[in-house]
Amino acid sequence: MSQSVNRSVIPGFGITLGFSLLYLSLLFLLPVAGLFIFTAQMSWQDFWQAVSHPQVVASYKLSFMASFIGASINAVFGTLTAWVLVRYSFPGKKIVDALVDLPFALPTAVAGIALVTLYASTGWVGQYLDLFGIRVAYSEIGVVIALTYIGLPFVVRTVQPVLADFEKELEEASAALGASRLTTVRRVILPSILPALLTGYALAFARAVGEYGSVIFISGNMPFKTEITPLLIVAKAEQYDYNGAAAIGVVMLLAAFLLLVLINSLQWWASKRGGA
Amino acid sequence: MSISIEQVNKRFGQFVALDNVNLAIKTGELTALLGPSGSGKTTLLRIIAGLEQADSGIIRFNSEDITGQHVSERGVGFVFQHYALFKHMTVFENVAYGLTVKPKKFRPSKAEIAKKVNNLLELVQLGWTADRYPSQLSGGQRQRIALARALAVEPKMLLLDEPFGALDAKVRAELRRWLRRLHDEIHVTSVFVTHDQEEALEVADRIVVMNKGRIEQDGTPEQVYDNPANPFVYEFLGNVNLFHARVKQGQSSIGKLNVPSPEYTNSDEQDGLAYVRPHEIDVFNLPQPDAIKVKLDLVTIVGPAVRLEVIAESDQQLIHVELPKEQFKQLNVKQGDIAWILPRYTKVFLGEGI
Amino acid sequence: MSAEIRLHSNAIGTKTPLKQATGEPAWVKWSLVGTMLVFLSLFLVLPLAVVLYGAFEQGLQVWWQAIVDPDALAAIRLTLLVLVIVVPVNAIFGVAIAWAIAKFEFRGKTLLISIIDMPFAISPVVVGLIFVIFFGSHGWLGPWLAEHDLKVIFAVPGIIIVILFGTLPFVARELIPLMQQQGKEEEEASLTLGANGWQTFWRVTLPNIKWGLIYGVVLCNARAMGEFGAVAIVSGRIRGETNTMPLHIEVLYNEYMFTAAFAVSSLLTGLALVTIVLKSWVEYKDERRHKTA
Repeated sequence: MSQSVNRSVIPGFGITLGFSLLYLSLLFLLPVAGLFIFTAQMSWQDFWQAVSHPQVVASYKLSFMASFIGASINAVFGTLTAWVLVRYSFPGKKIVDALVDLPFALPTAVAGIALVTLYASTGWVGQYLDLFGIRVAYSEIGVVIALTYIGLPFVVRTVQPVLADFEKELEEASAALGASRLTTVRRVILPSILPALLTGYALAFARAVGEYGSVIFISGNMPFKTEITPLLIVAKAEQYDYNGAAAIGVVMLLAAFLLLVLINSLQWWASKRGGA
Repeated sequence: MSISIEQVNKRFGQFVALDNVNLAIKTGELTALLGPSGSGKTTLLRIIAGLEQADSGIIRFNSEDITGQHVSERGVGFVFQHYALFKHMTVFENVAYGLTVKPKKFRPSKAEIAKKVNNLLELVQLGWTADRYPSQLSGGQRQRIALARALAVEPKMLLLDEPFGALDAKVRAELRRWLRRLHDEIHVTSVFVTHDQEEALEVADRIVVMNKGRIEQDGTPEQVYDNPANPFVYEFLGNVNLFHARVKQGQSSIGKLNVPSPEYTNSDEQDGLAYVRPHEIDVFNLPQPDAIKVKLDLVTIVGPAVRLEVIAESDQQLIHVELPKEQFKQLNVKQGDIAWILPRYTKVFLGEGI
Repeated sequence: MSAEIRLHSNAIGTKTPLKQATGEPAWVKWSLVGTMLVFLSLFLVLPLAVVLYGAFEQGLQVWWQAIVDPDALAAIRLTLLVLVIVVPVNAIFGVAIAWAIAKFEFRGKTLLISIIDMPFAISPVVVGLIFVIFFGSHGWLGPWLAEHDLKVIFAVPGIIIVILFGTLPFVARELIPLMQQQGKEEEEASLTLGANGWQTFWRVTLPNIKWGLIYGVVLCNARAMGEFGAVAIVSGRIRGETNTMPLHIEVLYNEYMFTAAFAVSSLLTGLALVTIVLKSWVEYKDERRHKTA
């Protein structure tokens, strides 16, 4: 007598997977597919016009460039922060550690108005920078600052656990073999956290590219100069130019998926190396 | 509760875990499923428990076909290799669990549960741990609690999956003996899985040797050790030396030595392998008729025994010999000396071995 | 003998600190700490300070007025409504999908896990757009909805839906690796002892995932309160009706009512601080459990 094969003895497979798939389809897959289908209705020319309009192209440049710079700043200072938090103690360390999560927890609109107030010519920081003739608010620099803020936790939080798990014995072996401290850091420790760093970098980048709330206040939204791509989508939607908005949306979506694939590949590579 | 396994097959994708396995386990017996990784022993145990489903075949408890029954209804006590104790419950709550999940009709009162749990904890000699958490206990203690938990629901049988695998040597040895004594007291049909032949030989009433999804031999520890059915069983159950042998008409010749091999009386002359256990070899410091001349390459004293690695002069074969320390001392030989060895008992298998 | 002992001290009373095998010199250490503190102050502490300062600059009375302004209260109510719906739904989803992934084998698991990660990578603005296209009056379901007099876009349901989308991954991402790591042995043990599925879930699984669940809920909560870009598109910004707190803040700011904007912001900031404290605390508790296990 043969028994129909159960998936497993533990109950609940059907109901949990079924509900999850249904939920995901209704909330996620269907709507995203909807965007692509909607855009497919447009003629190729209209699509191309919408996504290659100079104003839009200027916004791509700004969004990607500023995200790139922001993520790079975070790569350096984020790793530094992770290092300090893992390896050193100082009074108030726990508070600092918790504070790193602020960009995750604070609503982007609040961050937005805080940043613009800080860096405006009358702001706490802005007034000093003004003395040097550096304009931050309503300029590209402001955008970079906002995107640095928003990506800050990503590098720190991906590098921290890897650094914390790092086997001290490897450092000790390196020192015993005669390497200087700097060499040990450079050739033993940094390479092993590289996968995590790259993953954090990619995450910060992906987050920054799509960011809206924390940027639009400080950017000033000047056409061709300080408009980020998400802003253009909002603008077109408000004018009921859904075709245009959708076209740009598709471009952003594709960029996001590419980044996700990149991030997953990085994480897979990291696990193969035995890293994060 | 007797267990009958009839023509059970199980594959995982391309991998054949169990290949037409048939086995009968008598009530009250303590049976060991012994074999290397991948032999199918754990799969068989889990199928008996209901944690896996066979692709085909029948499982009977006391002649009743329970193949389709869900694990929670089979009433088996299962002990996992890594204990699977509920980490966030106290020891008491762990052991009481099976009783507290019974449907209201069958559930004993709180007082009865407490009494039962405390009795069981006394039985496994861990009454003082009732309010502790599993993380506060040692491995050996956790395993005994796992056993108590399984026994709490008065299971029809105990199934143990490499129960001592995660423990260190001394604790393992202690718990082995403890399990044997416990079984002698409770007499519940028990099946345990192990890859450790010493464990199986010491604890079990019956050993079922498995390899690659099939049963190689099924017998008492003595049967399986002294009369292995095939080369695999021989090699798995202890150390072994292999000698080339020529088998002809009821005799096998190993070098100059001739041993009777009545099982091959009627066969043509063939090649075979003679299996000899290290402690079934006599060592002499003077030449003996038909003995093999060897040089003592390595002498190691291991507790009460002495292990020798000797090299045969004729073909440079490395042979392992084991003998009690007293005997060795009387021989008055040391590393580097010449000696003569004679196998006392050997089993010959035709062909190339495994 | 005494000559050897002398080797490690220059003179009586002083000691030479032996160079640490694996550590940086003190000046390096303190420069790094200093640099980090400057960096974090600039990007984290200052923005925080400017919000709190701006909120209370004109005194407690003004702050209070801004909070109890009817539009502000409506925004607060809407935000809370969103939380009450979104967090439980996504928590249930997270538990369900983590259960399916951790306790069973099936094809397409990796794909499923990747899909769950996607809402993270999609710009909130695009999220809003997607649903406007679906449910908007010019969109697909638009006419059908109008027929049945249902409003999704420029109404509360639309806001809830986009926030559901945006916070979808949080609980799931916490629970999936956690439950995978915990394996299924305890659940199997529970079944062998005669428990059924629900009993096993409530008494064995749930206590084990307690901290991961709380952590995920805390993060989900924070994101749900702060969602801005997506809501900006679907809400229509109807004062008193479809403004969540972040939108209300934007409205106030654009009307140059800075103190009021900061006042409402201070509420969300307070909640953000509570969030990061809770997050740290949960992490701490979880670590402690691991240490004793």
